Amino acid sequence: MSKPEPRGWKDLPMAALPYKLSLEYRTGDWRALRPVIDYGKCTRCLICWLYCPDMAIVWDGEKPVVNYDYCKGCGICAHECPVKAIEMKPETA
Amino acid sequence: MATPRIPLEKQVLIAVNGDEAVAYAVKQCLVDVVAAYPITPQTVIVERFSEFVADGEVHTEFVPVESEHSAMSACVGAAAAGARAFTATAANGLALMWEILYIAASLRLPIVLAVVNRALSAPINIHCDHGDAYGMRDSGWIQLFVENSQEAYDTTIQAFKIGEHPDVQLPVAVNLDGFFLSHTLENIRMLPDDVVHEFLGGYRKIPKTYVDYHGREVELKLDPSSPISFGPLDLYDYYFEHKMHQIEAMKRVPDVVKKVNEEWSELTGRSYGDGVLVPYATEDADVIVTVLGSTSGTVRTVVKKLRSRGYKVGMVRIRMFRPFPFNELRELLKGAKVVGVMDRGISFGSYGPSFMEINTTLYDLRERPLLVNYVYGLGGRDAPPDLIEKMFMELLEIAKTGEVKEKLRFLGVRE
Repeated sequence: MSKPEPRGWKDLPMAALPYKLSLEYRTGDWRALRPVIDYGKCTRCLICWLYCPDMAIVWDGEKPVVNYDYCKGCGICAHECPVKAIEMKPETA
Repeated sequence: MATPRIPLEKQVLIAVNGDEAVAYAVKQCLVDVVAAYPITPQTVIVERFSEFVADGEVHTEFVPVESEHSAMSACVGAAAAGARAFTATAANGLALMWEILYIAASLRLPIVLAVVNRALSAPINIHCDHGDAYGMRDSGWIQLFVENSQEAYDTTIQAFKIGEHPDVQLPVAVNLDGFFLSHTLENIRMLPDDVVHEFLGGYRKIPKTYVDYHGREVELKLDPSSPISFGPLDLYDYYFEHKMHQIEAMKRVPDVVKKVNEEWSELTGRSYGDGVLVPYATEDADVIVTVLGSTSGTVRTVVKKLRSRGYKVGMVRIRMFRPFPFNELRELLKGAKVVGVMDRGISFGSYGPSFMEINTTLYDLRERPLLVNYVYGLGGRDAPPDLIEKMFMELLEIAKTGEVKEKLRFLGVRE
Protein backbone atom coordinates (compact mmCIF):
# COMPACT_ATOMS: atom_id res chain seq x y z
CA MET A 1 0.00 0.00 0.00
CA SER A 2 1.90 3.04 -1.16
CA LYS A 3 0.55 6.52 -0.57
CA PRO A 4 1.80 9.87 -1.87
CA GLU A 5 4.31 11.62 0.39
CA PRO A 6 3.98 13.72 2.41
CA ARG A 7 0.72 12.12 3.43
CA GLY A 8 -2.64 13.83 3.89
CA TRP A 9 -4.59 13.26 7.09
CA LYS A 10 -6.96 10.78 5.46
CA ASP A 11 -4.06 8.40 4.85
CA LEU A 12 -2.73 8.41 8.40
CA PRO A 13 -3.52 5.93 11.20
CA MET A 14 -5.77 7.27 13.97
CA ALA A 15 -4.68 8.54 17.39
CA ALA A 16 -1.59 10.32 16.01
CA LEU A 17 0.24 7.03 15.63
CA PRO A 18 3.34 7.40 13.47
CA TYR A 19 3.02 5.42 10.26
CA LYS A 20 6.76 4.98 9.96
CA LEU A 21 9.09 3.31 12.40
CA SER A 22 11.10 5.78 14.45
CA LEU A 23 14.22 4.24 12.87
CA GLU A 24 13.31 6.24 9.77
CA TYR A 25 13.41 9.49 11.72
CA ARG A 26 17.06 10.53 11.37
CA THR A 27 17.54 12.63 14.49
CA GLY A 28 21.23 12.94 13.61
CA ASP A 29 20.13 15.77 11.27
CA TRP A 30 19.74 17.99 14.34
CA ARG A 31 23.46 17.79 15.22
CA ALA A 32 25.66 20.90 15.30
CA LEU A 33 28.73 19.26 16.87
CA ARG A 34 29.99 15.81 15.90
CA PRO A 35 31.77 13.51 18.36
CA VAL A 36 34.94 12.05 16.85
CA ILE A 37 36.68 9.21 18.68
CA ASP A 38 40.50 9.04 18.70
CA TYR A 39 41.01 5.26 18.74
CA GLY A 40 44.68 5.78 19.67
CA LYS A 41 43.57 7.19 23.04
CA CYS A 42 40.38 5.09 23.47
CA THR A 43 40.73 2.34 26.10
CA ARG A 44 37.44 0.58 25.11
CA CYS A 45 36.07 1.20 28.60
CA LEU A 46 32.57 1.79 27.08
CA ILE A 47 31.72 4.68 29.40
CA CYS A 48 30.57 6.56 26.28
CA TRP A 49 28.33 3.64 25.25
CA LEU A 50 26.82 3.57 28.74
CA TYR A 51 26.14 7.31 28.95
CA CYS A 52 24.82 7.99 25.44
CA PRO A 53 21.13 8.94 25.98
CA ASP A 54 20.23 8.00 22.40
CA MET A 55 21.99 4.63 22.23
CA ALA A 56 23.87 6.16 19.30
CA ILE A 57 27.20 4.63 20.31
CA VAL A 58 27.41 0.98 19.33
CA TRP A 59 30.01 -1.72 19.96
CA ASP A 60 31.16 -3.16 16.68
CA GLY A 61 32.99 -6.10 18.28
CA GLU A 62 36.31 -4.25 18.66
CA LYS A 63 35.56 -0.63 19.48
CA PRO A 64 32.76 1.89 20.18
CA VAL A 65 31.42 3.51 17.00
CA VAL A 66 29.18 6.56 16.73
CA ASN A 67 25.97 6.06 14.73
CA TYR A 68 25.68 9.49 13.11
CA ASP A 69 22.17 8.76 11.86
CA TYR A 70 20.87 9.19 15.41
CA CYS A 71 23.62 11.02 17.37
CA LYS A 72 22.21 14.48 18.20
CA GLY A 73 25.63 15.83 19.18
CA CYS A 74 24.86 16.45 22.85
CA GLY A 75 28.49 15.88 23.86
CA ILE A 76 27.82 13.76 26.94
CA CYS A 77 30.21 11.06 25.61
CA ALA A 78 33.01 13.59 25.20
CA HIS A 79 32.36 15.00 28.67
CA GLU A 80 32.33 11.58 30.33
CA CYS A 81 35.27 9.99 28.48
CA PRO A 82 37.92 9.42 31.20
CA VAL A 83 40.85 9.64 28.75
CA LYS A 84 39.48 12.56 26.66
CA ALA A 85 39.46 10.44 23.52
CA ILE A 86 36.32 12.10 22.10
CA GLU A 87 36.44 15.53 20.53
CA MET A 88 33.32 17.53 19.52
CA LYS A 89 34.01 18.96 16.08
CA PRO A 90 31.72 21.46 14.29
CA GLU A 91 29.60 19.98 11.51
CA THR A 92 30.52 21.47 8.16
CA ALA A 93 28.02 21.91 5.35
CA MET B 1 -44.41 7.01 25.73
CA ALA B 2 -44.04 3.31 25.01
CA THR B 3 -43.30 1.05 27.94
CA PRO B 4 -39.56 0.89 28.56
CA ARG B 5 -37.85 -2.44 27.95
CA ILE B 6 -36.91 -2.51 31.62
CA PRO B 7 -40.15 -1.70 33.46
CA LEU B 8 -39.91 0.75 36.37
CA GLU B 9 -40.51 -1.98 38.97
CA LYS B 10 -37.29 -3.66 37.75
CA GLN B 11 -35.40 -0.39 38.23
CA VAL B 12 -34.43 -0.25 41.89
CA LEU B 13 -35.25 3.02 43.62
CA ILE B 14 -32.39 4.20 45.84
CA ALA B 15 -31.80 7.40 47.80
CA VAL B 16 -28.38 8.78 46.93
CA ASN B 17 -26.64 12.07 46.35
CA GLY B 18 -25.24 12.99 42.93
CA ASP B 19 -21.75 11.72 43.72
CA GLU B 20 -23.10 8.36 44.86
CA ALA B 21 -25.26 8.16 41.74
CA VAL B 22 -22.07 8.42 39.67
CA ALA B 23 -20.27 5.85 41.86
CA TYR B 24 -23.13 3.35 41.44
CA ALA B 25 -23.12 3.92 37.68
CA VAL B 26 -19.37 3.30 37.44
CA LYS B 27 -19.80 0.17 39.57
CA GLN B 28 -22.04 -1.30 36.85
CA CYS B 29 -19.89 -0.32 33.87
CA LEU B 30 -17.23 -3.07 34.01
CA VAL B 31 -14.53 -0.49 34.54
CA ASP B 32 -11.02 -1.96 34.57
CA VAL B 33 -9.12 0.93 36.15
CA VAL B 34 -10.10 3.83 38.39
CA ALA B 35 -7.28 6.20 39.29
CA ALA B 36 -8.25 9.12 41.46
CA TYR B 37 -7.23 11.74 43.96
CA PRO B 38 -9.73 13.24 46.40
CA ILE B 39 -11.05 16.78 46.07
CA THR B 40 -14.26 18.33 47.34
CA PRO B 41 -17.01 18.06 46.10
CA GLN B 42 -15.95 15.03 44.07
CA THR B 43 -14.46 12.94 46.88
CA VAL B 44 -17.64 10.98 47.61
CA ILE B 45 -17.55 9.40 44.13
CA VAL B 46 -14.20 7.69 44.55
CA GLU B 47 -14.71 7.16 48.28
CA ARG B 48 -17.82 5.08 47.56
CA PHE B 49 -16.13 3.39 44.66
CA SER B 50 -13.10 2.43 46.75
CA GLU B 51 -15.55 0.75 49.15
CA PHE B 52 -16.94 -1.32 46.27
CA VAL B 53 -13.36 -2.34 45.46
CA ALA B 54 -12.54 -3.15 49.11
CA ASP B 55 -15.74 -5.19 49.45
CA GLY B 56 -14.96 -7.19 46.32
CA GLU B 57 -18.08 -5.98 44.54
CA VAL B 58 -16.09 -4.95 41.46
CA HIS B 59 -12.94 -6.32 39.84
CA THR B 60 -11.59 -2.82 39.14
CA GLU B 61 -7.94 -1.94 39.75
CA PHE B 62 -8.11 1.10 42.02
CA VAL B 63 -5.03 3.33 41.84
CA PRO B 64 -4.86 5.90 44.65
CA VAL B 65 -2.46 8.30 42.96
CA GLU B 66 -0.61 11.29 44.45
CA SER B 67 -2.25 14.03 42.34
CA GLU B 68 -4.83 14.66 39.63
CA HIS B 69 -2.06 15.01 37.07
CA SER B 70 -1.15 11.44 37.96
CA ALA B 71 -4.79 10.34 38.05
CA MET B 72 -5.31 11.31 34.43
CA SER B 73 -1.85 9.99 33.49
CA ALA B 74 -2.69 6.60 35.01
CA CYS B 75 -6.00 6.59 33.11
CA VAL B 76 -4.16 7.40 29.88
CA GLY B 77 -1.75 4.52 30.48
CA ALA B 78 -4.54 2.15 31.38
CA ALA B 79 -6.69 3.12 28.40
CA ALA B 80 -3.69 2.85 26.08
CA ALA B 81 -3.28 -0.71 27.34
CA GLY B 82 -6.90 -1.39 26.39
CA ALA B 83 -8.66 -0.78 29.70
CA ARG B 84 -11.94 1.00 30.36
CA ALA B 85 -10.82 3.79 32.69
CA PHE B 86 -12.59 6.31 34.90
CA THR B 87 -11.61 9.17 37.16
CA ALA B 88 -13.33 12.10 38.82
CA THR B 89 -12.26 15.54 39.92
CA ALA B 90 -13.25 19.18 40.41
CA ALA B 91 -11.91 22.72 40.03
CA ASN B 92 -8.24 22.90 41.01
CA GLY B 93 -7.86 19.17 40.53
CA LEU B 94 -9.15 19.49 37.00
CA ALA B 95 -6.75 22.38 36.44
CA LEU B 96 -3.87 20.15 37.53
CA MET B 97 -5.05 17.50 35.04
CA TRP B 98 -5.07 20.02 32.21
CA GLU B 99 -1.91 18.89 30.43
CA ILE B 100 -3.01 15.26 30.34
CA LEU B 101 -6.58 16.07 29.23
CA TYR B 102 -5.20 17.08 25.85
CA ILE B 103 -3.12 13.92 25.65
CA ALA B 104 -6.11 11.67 26.45
CA ALA B 105 -8.14 13.32 23.69
CA SER B 106 -5.47 13.37 21.01
CA LEU B 107 -4.53 9.74 21.66
CA ARG B 108 -8.24 8.97 21.23
CA LEU B 109 -8.66 7.25 24.58
CA PRO B 110 -12.33 7.03 25.65
CA ILE B 111 -11.75 7.74 29.34
CA VAL B 112 -14.76 8.92 31.34
CA LEU B 113 -14.24 11.76 33.80
CA ALA B 114 -16.83 13.01 36.26
CA VAL B 115 -16.32 16.72 36.85
CA VAL B 116 -18.17 17.90 39.94
CA ASN B 117 -18.25 21.57 39.01
CA ARG B 118 -16.63 23.86 41.53
CA ALA B 119 -15.09 27.34 41.56
CA LEU B 120 -11.40 27.75 40.84
CA SER B 121 -9.15 29.46 43.38
CA ALA B 122 -8.37 32.19 44.45
CA PRO B 123 -9.95 32.91 46.82
CA ILE B 124 -10.51 29.30 47.73
CA ASN B 125 -14.12 28.22 47.31
CA ILE B 126 -15.52 24.70 47.15
CA HIS B 127 -18.94 25.58 45.73
CA CYS B 128 -20.58 25.27 42.34
CA ASP B 129 -19.20 27.18 39.36
CA HIS B 130 -18.66 26.13 35.74
CA GLY B 131 -15.29 27.87 35.45
CA ASP B 132 -13.51 24.54 35.82
CA ALA B 133 -15.43 22.92 32.94
CA TYR B 134 -15.07 26.00 30.74
CA GLY B 135 -11.33 25.78 31.35
CA MET B 136 -11.14 22.36 29.64
CA ARG B 137 -13.31 23.55 26.76
CA ASP B 138 -10.57 23.36 24.13
CA SER B 139 -8.93 20.13 25.28
CA GLY B 140 -10.76 17.88 22.82
CA TRP B 141 -13.09 16.23 25.34
CA ILE B 142 -16.81 15.70 24.89
CA GLN B 143 -18.55 17.71 27.63
CA LEU B 144 -22.00 16.75 28.92
CA PHE B 145 -23.84 18.65 31.68
CA VAL B 146 -26.55 17.03 33.81
CA GLU B 147 -29.51 18.56 35.59
CA ASN B 148 -30.09 16.11 38.43
CA SER B 149 -28.70 13.00 40.08
CA GLN B 150 -30.80 10.61 38.01
CA GLU B 151 -29.28 12.15 34.92
CA ALA B 152 -25.81 11.93 36.51
CA TYR B 153 -26.34 8.15 36.85
CA ASP B 154 -27.79 7.80 33.35
CA THR B 155 -25.18 10.00 31.68
CA THR B 156 -22.21 8.29 33.34
CA ILE B 157 -23.28 4.98 31.79
CA GLN B 158 -24.04 6.64 28.46
CA ALA B 159 -20.63 8.36 28.50
CA PHE B 160 -18.78 5.04 28.14
CA LYS B 161 -21.00 4.09 25.22
CA ILE B 162 -20.56 7.48 23.52
CA GLY B 163 -16.79 7.71 24.01
CA GLU B 164 -16.14 4.12 22.93
CA HIS B 165 -18.36 4.30 19.85
CA PRO B 166 -16.27 3.33 16.78
CA ASP B 167 -17.08 6.69 15.13
CA VAL B 168 -16.00 8.66 18.19
CA GLN B 169 -13.14 7.23 20.31
CA LEU B 170 -12.85 10.34 22.45
CA PRO B 171 -12.87 10.96 26.20
CA VAL B 172 -16.05 12.20 27.84
CA ALA B 173 -16.49 14.57 30.80
CA VAL B 174 -19.76 14.25 32.71
CA ASN B 175 -20.40 17.52 34.55
CA LEU B 176 -22.57 17.69 37.64
CA ASP B 177 -23.01 20.75 39.81
CA GLY B 178 -21.01 20.71 43.03
CA PHE B 179 -23.17 20.47 46.19
CA PHE B 180 -26.42 21.33 44.38
CA LEU B 181 -26.23 17.80 42.97
CA SER B 182 -23.16 16.16 44.45
CA HIS B 183 -24.26 16.44 48.07
CA THR B 184 -28.06 16.56 47.76
CA LEU B 185 -30.09 13.44 48.42
CA GLU B 186 -32.39 12.37 45.63
CA ASN B 187 -34.29 9.22 44.69
CA ILE B 188 -32.91 7.66 41.54
CA ARG B 189 -33.75 4.51 39.60
CA MET B 190 -30.97 2.03 38.89
CA LEU B 191 -30.88 -0.63 36.21
CA PRO B 192 -29.93 -4.22 37.01
CA ASP B 193 -26.18 -4.86 36.52
CA ASP B 194 -26.61 -7.24 33.60
CA VAL B 195 -28.74 -4.71 31.70
CA VAL B 196 -25.96 -2.11 31.96
CA HIS B 197 -23.38 -4.70 30.85
CA GLU B 198 -25.52 -5.51 27.83
CA PHE B 199 -26.11 -1.83 27.03
CA LEU B 200 -22.34 -1.29 26.92
CA GLY B 201 -21.71 -4.49 24.97
CA GLY B 202 -19.58 -5.94 27.77
CA TYR B 203 -15.99 -4.88 28.26
CA ARG B 204 -14.37 -2.15 26.20
CA LYS B 205 -13.89 -2.98 22.53
CA ILE B 206 -10.64 -1.73 21.03
CA PRO B 207 -10.76 -0.10 17.58
CA LYS B 208 -8.37 -1.11 14.83
CA THR B 209 -6.26 1.13 12.62
CA TYR B 210 -4.01 0.37 9.64
CA VAL B 211 -0.31 0.69 10.45
CA ASP B 212 2.07 0.56 7.49
CA TYR B 213 5.01 -1.09 9.22
CA HIS B 214 2.76 -3.93 10.35
CA GLY B 215 1.18 -4.10 6.89
CA ARG B 216 -2.26 -4.66 8.46
CA GLU B 217 -4.86 -3.26 10.82
CA VAL B 218 -3.81 -3.52 14.45
CA GLU B 219 -5.70 -2.89 17.67
CA LEU B 220 -5.13 0.59 19.03
CA LYS B 221 -3.48 -0.55 22.24
CA LEU B 222 -0.08 -1.25 23.70
CA ASP B 223 0.41 -4.89 22.79
CA PRO B 224 3.85 -6.54 22.48
CA SER B 225 2.58 -8.81 19.68
CA SER B 226 1.89 -5.79 17.45
CA PRO B 227 3.88 -2.90 18.92
CA ILE B 228 2.83 0.70 18.31
CA SER B 229 3.98 3.98 19.89
CA PHE B 230 1.45 6.35 21.44
CA GLY B 231 2.28 10.04 21.16
CA PRO B 232 5.87 10.18 19.89
CA LEU B 233 7.46 13.24 18.28
CA ASP B 234 5.27 14.91 15.66
CA LEU B 235 6.54 18.27 14.38
CA TYR B 236 5.34 20.74 11.74
CA ASP B 237 5.39 17.92 9.21
CA TYR B 238 2.44 15.93 10.63
CA TYR B 239 0.97 17.55 13.77
CA PHE B 240 -1.56 19.57 11.77
CA GLU B 241 -2.78 16.46 9.91
CA HIS B 242 -3.17 14.60 13.20
CA LYS B 243 -5.29 17.43 14.65
CA MET B 244 -7.65 16.98 11.68
CA HIS B 245 -8.48 13.53 13.04
CA GLN B 246 -9.78 15.08 16.27
CA ILE B 247 -11.72 17.74 14.38
CA GLU B 248 -13.39 15.07 12.23
CA ALA B 249 -14.13 12.79 15.18
CA MET B 250 -15.89 15.65 17.00
CA LYS B 251 -18.19 16.16 14.00
CA ARG B 252 -19.50 12.63 14.44
CA VAL B 253 -20.30 13.04 18.14
CA PRO B 254 -23.77 14.72 18.06
CA ASP B 255 -25.36 11.85 16.11
CA VAL B 256 -23.91 9.30 18.52
CA VAL B 257 -25.09 11.23 21.59
CA LYS B 258 -28.59 11.43 20.10
CA LYS B 259 -28.63 7.74 19.22
CA VAL B 260 -27.48 6.74 22.70
CA ASN B 261 -30.17 9.01 24.19
CA GLU B 262 -32.80 7.19 22.09
CA GLU B 263 -31.51 3.76 23.07
CA TRP B 264 -31.56 4.81 26.70
CA SER B 265 -35.13 6.02 26.33
CA GLU B 266 -36.25 2.67 24.92
CA LEU B 267 -34.41 0.85 27.67
CA THR B 268 -35.33 2.94 30.71
CA GLY B 269 -38.13 5.30 29.71
CA ARG B 270 -35.87 8.29 30.38
CA SER B 271 -34.53 10.66 27.75
CA TYR B 272 -33.03 14.15 27.81
CA GLY B 273 -34.39 16.16 24.90
CA ASP B 274 -32.68 14.94 21.74
CA GLY B 275 -29.58 14.18 23.83
CA VAL B 276 -27.74 17.42 23.08
CA LEU B 277 -30.37 20.07 23.92
CA VAL B 278 -33.36 19.96 26.25
CA PRO B 279 -35.90 22.62 25.24
CA TYR B 280 -38.90 23.69 27.30
CA ALA B 281 -41.76 25.86 26.02
CA THR B 282 -39.70 27.32 23.18
CA GLU B 283 -42.22 26.95 20.29
CA ASP B 284 -43.83 30.40 20.31
CA ALA B 285 -41.52 32.03 22.87
CA ASP B 286 -40.47 35.67 22.47
CA VAL B 287 -37.84 35.26 25.18
CA ILE B 288 -35.69 32.15 25.52
CA VAL B 289 -33.07 31.57 28.19
CA THR B 290 -30.24 29.06 27.74
CA VAL B 291 -28.65 27.43 30.75
CA LEU B 292 -26.38 24.54 31.75
CA GLY B 293 -26.63 22.19 34.72
CA SER B 294 -28.88 22.15 37.76
CA THR B 295 -30.04 25.78 37.48
CA SER B 296 -32.23 24.66 34.58
CA GLY B 297 -34.64 23.16 37.12
CA THR B 298 -35.17 26.59 38.65
CA VAL B 299 -35.42 28.25 35.24
CA ARG B 300 -38.06 25.74 34.14
CA THR B 301 -40.12 26.45 37.28
CA VAL B 302 -40.00 30.17 36.54
CA VAL B 303 -40.92 29.61 32.88
CA LYS B 304 -43.92 27.55 34.01
CA LYS B 305 -45.01 30.32 36.38
CA LEU B 306 -44.57 33.10 33.80
CA ARG B 307 -46.37 31.07 31.14
CA SER B 308 -49.35 30.71 33.51
CA ARG B 309 -49.39 34.52 33.65
CA GLY B 310 -49.40 34.69 29.85
CA TYR B 311 -45.76 35.60 29.17
CA LYS B 312 -44.27 33.94 26.09
CA VAL B 313 -41.06 32.62 27.60
CA GLY B 314 -39.09 29.41 27.23
CA MET B 315 -35.74 27.81 27.97
CA VAL B 316 -33.16 25.53 26.42
CA ARG B 317 -30.86 23.47 28.56
CA ILE B 318 -27.54 22.83 26.86
CA ARG B 319 -26.75 19.22 27.71
CA MET B 320 -23.78 18.89 25.36
CA PHE B 321 -21.34 21.81 25.45
CA ARG B 322 -18.56 20.16 23.42
CA PRO B 323 -19.01 19.59 20.60
CA PHE B 324 -21.38 22.56 20.62
CA PRO B 325 -24.76 21.82 18.94
CA PHE B 326 -24.88 24.94 16.73
CA ASN B 327 -27.39 23.70 14.16
CA GLU B 328 -29.84 22.22 16.64
CA LEU B 329 -29.73 25.34 18.81
CA ARG B 330 -30.19 27.71 15.86
CA GLU B 331 -33.44 25.92 15.01
CA LEU B 332 -34.74 26.37 18.55
CA LEU B 333 -33.72 30.02 18.97
CA LYS B 334 -34.37 31.48 15.53
CA GLY B 335 -37.97 32.56 16.24
CA ALA B 336 -37.23 34.35 19.52
CA LYS B 337 -37.00 38.13 19.87
CA VAL B 338 -34.51 37.99 22.74
CA VAL B 339 -32.21 35.26 24.01
CA GLY B 340 -30.74 35.42 27.49
CA VAL B 341 -27.61 33.32 27.91
CA MET B 342 -26.83 32.20 31.45
CA ASP B 343 -23.20 31.46 32.22
CA ARG B 344 -21.94 30.20 35.56
CA GLY B 345 -18.48 31.41 34.61
CA ILE B 346 -16.78 34.13 32.63
CA SER B 347 -13.79 34.50 30.38
CA PHE B 348 -12.20 37.57 31.96
CA GLY B 349 -11.91 40.32 29.38
CA SER B 350 -14.65 38.73 27.29
CA TYR B 351 -18.05 37.14 27.94
CA GLY B 352 -19.34 33.89 29.37
CA PRO B 353 -18.16 30.95 27.25
CA SER B 354 -21.63 29.77 26.21
CA PHE B 355 -22.51 33.35 25.17
CA MET B 356 -19.68 33.26 22.62
CA GLU B 357 -21.01 29.98 21.23
CA ILE B 358 -24.54 31.34 20.96
CA ASN B 359 -23.33 34.46 19.17
CA THR B 360 -21.69 32.13 16.66
CA THR B 361 -24.88 30.05 16.48
CA LEU B 362 -27.06 33.00 15.57
CA TYR B 363 -24.79 35.04 13.32
CA ASP B 364 -25.79 33.15 10.17
CA LEU B 365 -29.45 34.10 10.58
CA ARG B 366 -30.64 37.05 8.55
CA GLU B 367 -33.02 38.07 11.35
CA ARG B 368 -31.29 37.49 14.63
CA PRO B 369 -32.67 37.55 18.20
CA LEU B 370 -31.12 40.17 20.48
CA LEU B 371 -28.65 38.66 22.93
CA VAL B 372 -27.87 39.33 26.57
CA ASN B 373 -25.32 37.43 28.65
CA TYR B 374 -26.17 36.83 32.31
CA VAL B 375 -23.20 35.76 34.38
CA TYR B 376 -24.61 34.27 37.58
CA GLY B 377 -23.89 31.99 40.51
CA LEU B 378 -20.11 32.35 40.69
CA GLY B 379 -18.60 30.48 43.63
CA GLY B 380 -21.90 28.78 44.40
CA ARG B 381 -23.96 31.99 44.75
CA ASP B 382 -27.59 30.91 44.80
CA ALA B 383 -29.84 31.63 41.82
CA PRO B 384 -33.32 31.51 43.39
CA PRO B 385 -36.57 31.76 41.39
CA ASP B 386 -37.14 35.49 42.13
CA LEU B 387 -33.74 36.33 40.66
CA ILE B 388 -34.43 34.26 37.54
CA GLU B 389 -37.83 35.95 37.27
CA LYS B 390 -36.15 39.37 37.44
CA MET B 391 -33.94 38.33 34.53
CA PHE B 392 -36.95 37.22 32.48
CA MET B 393 -38.69 40.54 33.20
CA GLU B 394 -35.63 42.44 31.94
CA LEU B 395 -35.57 40.28 28.80
CA LEU B 396 -39.31 40.78 28.19
CA GLU B 397 -38.74 44.54 28.46
CA ILE B 398 -35.94 44.26 25.85
CA ALA B 399 -38.31 42.28 23.62
CA LYS B 400 -40.73 45.20 23.87
CA THR B 401 -38.26 48.06 23.36
CA GLY B 402 -35.83 46.26 21.05
CA GLU B 403 -32.96 47.88 22.93
CA VAL B 404 -30.13 46.11 24.75
CA LYS B 405 -28.50 48.57 27.15
CA GLU B 406 -25.97 46.18 28.64
CA LYS B 407 -24.88 43.09 26.76
CA LEU B 408 -23.11 41.62 29.79
CA ARG B 409 -25.14 41.53 33.01
CA PHE B 410 -24.28 40.12 36.41
CA LEU B 411 -27.12 38.34 38.14
CA GLY B 412 -27.17 38.24 41.94
CA VAL B 413 -24.01 40.20 42.68
CA ARG B 414 -23.99 43.06 45.24
CA GLU B 415 -22.70 46.48 44.22
